[in-house]
Amino acid sequence: MRKGSMSGWGEFVVETLVRVAGFSAIGFVLLIFLFLLREGVPAFFEVVPGNLFGTRWYPTFDLFGTLPLVLGSLLITITAIVIALPLGVATAVFVREVAPNWAREILKPMIEVLAGIPSVVLGFFGMTLVAPFVRQVFGAPTGLTAFTGALILAYMALPTLISVAEDALDAVPRSYRDAALAMGATQWQTIWRVVVPAARSGIVTAVLLGMGRAIGETMAVMMVTGNAARMPLTLDSLFRPIRTMTATIAAEMGEVAQGSTHYHALFGIGIILFVLTFVINLTAASALFQKRRRGGLR
Amino acid sequence: MISVNSRRYVVQRIGFGVLILAALLVVLPILFVVGAIVVEGIGAINWEFLTAIPRDGMKAGGIFPAIVGTLLLTVGTALAAIPFGVGGAIYLSEYARDTWLTRAIRLAIVNLAGIPSVVYGLFGLGLFVLFLQFGTSILAGSLTLAIMTLPIIISTSEEALRAVPTEFRTVSASLGGTRWQGIRNVVLPQALPGIITGVILGLLRAGGETAPILFTVAAFYLPRLPQSPFDQTMALPYHLYVISTQVPGMPIQVQYGTALVLLALVLSLNVVATVIRSYFRRKRQW
Repeated sequence: MRKGSMSGWGEFVVETLVRVAGFSAIGFVLLIFLFLLREGVPAFFEVVPGNLFGTRWYPTFDLFGTLPLVLGSLLITITAIVIALPLGVATAVFVREVAPNWAREILKPMIEVLAGIPSVVLGFFGMTLVAPFVRQVFGAPTGLTAFTGALILAYMALPTLISVAEDALDAVPRSYRDAALAMGATQWQTIWRVVVPAARSGIVTAVLLGMGRAIGETMAVMMVTGNAARMPLTLDSLFRPIRTMTATIAAEMGEVAQGSTHYHALFGIGIILFVLTFVINLTAASALFQKRRRGGLR
Repeated sequence: MISVNSRRYVVQRIGFGVLILAALLVVLPILFVVGAIVVEGIGAINWEFLTAIPRDGMKAGGIFPAIVGTLLLTVGTALAAIPFGVGGAIYLSEYARDTWLTRAIRLAIVNLAGIPSVVYGLFGLGLFVLFLQFGTSILAGSLTLAIMTLPIIISTSEEALRAVPTEFRTVSASLGGTRWQGIRNVVLPQALPGIITGVILGLLRAGGETAPILFTVAAFYLPRLPQSPFDQTMALPYHLYVISTQVPGMPIQVQYGTALVLLALVLSLNVVATVIRSYFRRKRQW
């Protein structure tokens, strides 16, 4: 207002600047994908497909089979979700529907603390305390197993899972609960038969986002899973060491020569990870966006 | 309340019991992690540990260069991420219309938030370290972390801006203010606590990350402080990884001590963010 004549110009400059900042998000996603392709695509030319999708990852012998790594990631991600889903949904239901105020006041900040603990600290904790525990309880030869990783991952996925599930429960209209209670249902029947089923699609979104978080987790997984690149085909694989895609990149990128086949192959794994998480998050996001448009959430 | 003891109320009691059990299974391990690290690590903490350079293959001395490195990286991340993050949030909340381009920005933000941290590391290596030839440096690491932090800052800041009632903007406009004047003098000050909270939450995530700095900045052992943005540096999360997995015979107390310092830094920032948020939420009049 003080410099009225300047304001037209100023408005234009500011709007342009914030617009650039907004669009930078798209630019960064494209840039990331571009650089992964640039460094990773040569792997698909240098290594024959039979090798690349084979079952053995021994880069020193030019064996670049990514299958054990992909299956390793999937095994611990799925196990983690199997552990985290009932815990997370039950906790969300407790916080939203049942808990007295004082319990909520304790629970919410605690879950935020969990979300804030760095991955490497959880990995350290997993190595020093959880792994010996797993070895003793399950009588495995080592505590650094797929199960140990899944256990840590489950807790890392919990904060995301709980908060999205809470939003989903929150979005169930008050009238559903009132109707159920008015018909003589107990509070538990209302929760179990009406509220949770009504929040189902939101809970699926929560699971997807939790999965996306789990499959991309690196440090904690690398520190507790033992990192043996073997095919997890038998039932006891869960209690054997395993190796994920993320851990492979993190452990080996520091030692490879830039431009070597091994280097390109690690970027190739990066492409697989990027595409996987992209698809998972896109699915979850489109569900969320649809909700928002229908006025379901918030 | 005719049949309080009938079967369905027994079921209800069991159901609630299961819910409480689940909540305890979530919370108790968190207490245990934090408790174990504090109890085991507190003995290692003293003035020398916090302010000295590591000695004897990092088994003795302190972790000063790692602490300084993490602080420098966090400041670098803030410098790069805040303009883009807050700017982007202002665009989305105050200027953008609901077009397919705006939806594309939102999708991009969701996907940036979902990209695995180690993939950010690969990207930082490809773009900043090699292509732009920054080398493994604080500059390359900060920029990598900044892009990783961007979606957190944008979404929390946008939420804070949107929470400011439309009337504030209308009143500013009715007094003859331009759109930017309304934003700068009315909306931003009101949203500032929320934005600061979001920025802190983003930065503490960046400060605790290891995977993105593995190939972009982190030094295994560097017994001096970095001199310029083009230097490598030690960093707390990477140092914890190194001493707990790569150095045989490392005293366990030094490992716990390092974990405690990292945890304390991150959680205290977390508390600061929470306090700012709840203080201003109580104070505001809308």
